[in-house]
Amino acid sequence: MIYELRDLHLSLPDMSRKPLLGAAPRIEILKGVSFDIPKGAVLGIVGGSGSGKSTLGRAMVRLLEPTSGHILFDGTDITHLSEDALRGMRRRFQMIFQDPMSSLNPRRRVGGIIAGPMRLHGMDGLRARVDEALDMVGLPRSFAKRYPHELSGGQRQRIGIARAIALRPDFILADEIVSGLDVSSQAQVLNLLQDLVADLGLTLAFISHDLSVIRRLCDRVLVLHHGQVVEQGPTADLFAAPQAAYTRELLDAIPLPDPDQVWR
Amino acid sequence: MRDARGDVRRPIGLRLWLSGGWLALLTVAALCAPWLAPKDPLMQDLFLGRMPPFWMEGAEPGYLLGTDSLGRDVLSRILYGARLALIVALVAGTLTCVIGATLGLMAGYYRGWTDRVISRFVDIWMAFPPVLFAILLIAVLGPGLVSIIIAIVIIDWTRFARVIRAEAMSQGAMDYVASAQVAGRTRFGTMLTEILPNVLPTIIALLTLEMGIAVIVEAILSFVNLSISTDSPTWGGMIAEGRTSVHQAWWVLVFPLITLFLTVLSFSQLGEGLKDRFDPVLR
Ligand SMILES: Nc1ncnc2c1ncn2[C@@H]1O[C@H](COP(=O)(O)OP(=O)(O)OP(=O)(O)O)[C@@H](O)[C@H]1O
Ligand SMILES: [Mg+2]
Repeated sequence: MIYELRDLHLSLPDMSRKPLLGAAPRIEILKGVSFDIPKGAVLGIVGGSGSGKSTLGRAMVRLLEPTSGHILFDGTDITHLSEDALRGMRRRFQMIFQDPMSSLNPRRRVGGIIAGPMRLHGMDGLRARVDEALDMVGLPRSFAKRYPHELSGGQRQRIGIARAIALRPDFILADEIVSGLDVSSQAQVLNLLQDLVADLGLTLAFISHDLSVIRRLCDRVLVLHHGQVVEQGPTADLFAAPQAAYTRELLDAIPLPDPDQVWR
Repeated sequence: MRDARGDVRRPIGLRLWLSGGWLALLTVAALCAPWLAPKDPLMQDLFLGRMPPFWMEGAEPGYLLGTDSLGRDVLSRILYGARLALIVALVAGTLTCVIGATLGLMAGYYRGWTDRVISRFVDIWMAFPPVLFAILLIAVLGPGLVSIIIAIVIIDWTRFARVIRAEAMSQGAMDYVASAQVAGRTRFGTMLTEILPNVLPTIIALLTLEMGIAVIVEAILSFVNLSISTDSPTWGGMIAEGRTSVHQAWWVLVFPLITLFLTVLSFSQLGEGLKDRFDPVLR
């Protein structure tokens, strides 16, 4: 198992209801989440807005520290590891962010953005590695000299992917990475991700509220609702026979392509 | 997939040329004043008092911009005055910037108690009326170059701290900071390599503005005689003297005033010009 999560709880202080004096009340966002991700799996995490998907993802890559429970990454308990203790293994779990404009430093060139994390982990031959990463995401090598604002949305998201895969991680978390893109770039980025997963033997957790995307990409699905797992299982089973009422609700919300529909 | 967006080169703007050019000229004037100045700026000659500039009738050869009531050469005094103006601009501006921006950057990026301590300190500091503060300080320290510089730093570092704190805070919320953490960069490293380059344009704009302000403050303080000892030439001091004899010898007032004006304007435009030229993010 790459990831084992056991009864994970996470609460954050609610600054909007903070009294003038004293601590802010905490709102519980994850309420006992447990699941495993086997090596090589592509896990889809779905759920409505505010269900805690991003919070769960950020806890998994330890951008957030859980309140209780356990996260085991490849057998190591990383739940409460300090930043210093985590640093050595950070290369192994990476993240691709939703908004590629915000996740790429606007004042660094693409080459520097991709090479930065590799340099931190003492990798050598950076130029060649940057070129290789650009090749893998299907962008010309000359893009290394560009700034993020000189790229289109889809190209930026590819840079986000290149930065993550360049580190040769074992696991990648992708949080709503196509929701900001138009339909054709969405399809391209998804195809790319599918190829990379197959070629590099990656384990992937793919957060989305779009079930049709999940269905295409993922072999397992986990349904999150109000910070709890309401259902999980192989994609085919879940789509064929959803168990939880909430899952059925989500499935019903997918617009089905209607073959009889004519253009007017 | 291939387009020309990466290849656009921006021309050096007129703004940068003019402001940079004037400041470069002034720097040369300040550095080479002993060789450039046609006369000794302190040499008085009562027989040559209030001589007009060269193109007017009755001008004395060798005194290009005329003389003041004591017969001192206006051009030479402006050139020597540039030394003090630029030293104050450079030293006071840089110190203000380094102190204010460092505290602002730390408060805005580290948040938490670092921010609470620094922000409270800034608030308390700003509760004092700044000009009173400066005059009090100079009264205690005595007039002089060092007092002027300290007064400027003491009054203005809070502006840097506040603006840079807000900027660092909004940059700190961006995903590229989270991304640096996922990559394993230290907090301090992230501040230096990710946040700082993004607040640098603001820092430079504030810095050049501050240099202009420092020149004005120095001029005001010499105008009210709180600056350097009265005989070393300063623009503010010249303006003060020129004001008293503006009807008999306008040039004693006007030339230092123009120089001061152009210098302050250039400093404020330099920041904008540098940003146009060097900031990769076109806005
Ligand atoms: N820093 C925070 N402080 C307080 N509450 C937060 C914070 N971040 C998120 N929340 C709350 O936690 C809940 C879950 O947020 P999260 O971002 O994980 O949802 P999500 O499933 O990713 O939603 P979306 O699909 O809209 O991205 C929301 O109700 C949100 O308001
Ligand atoms: Mg989210």
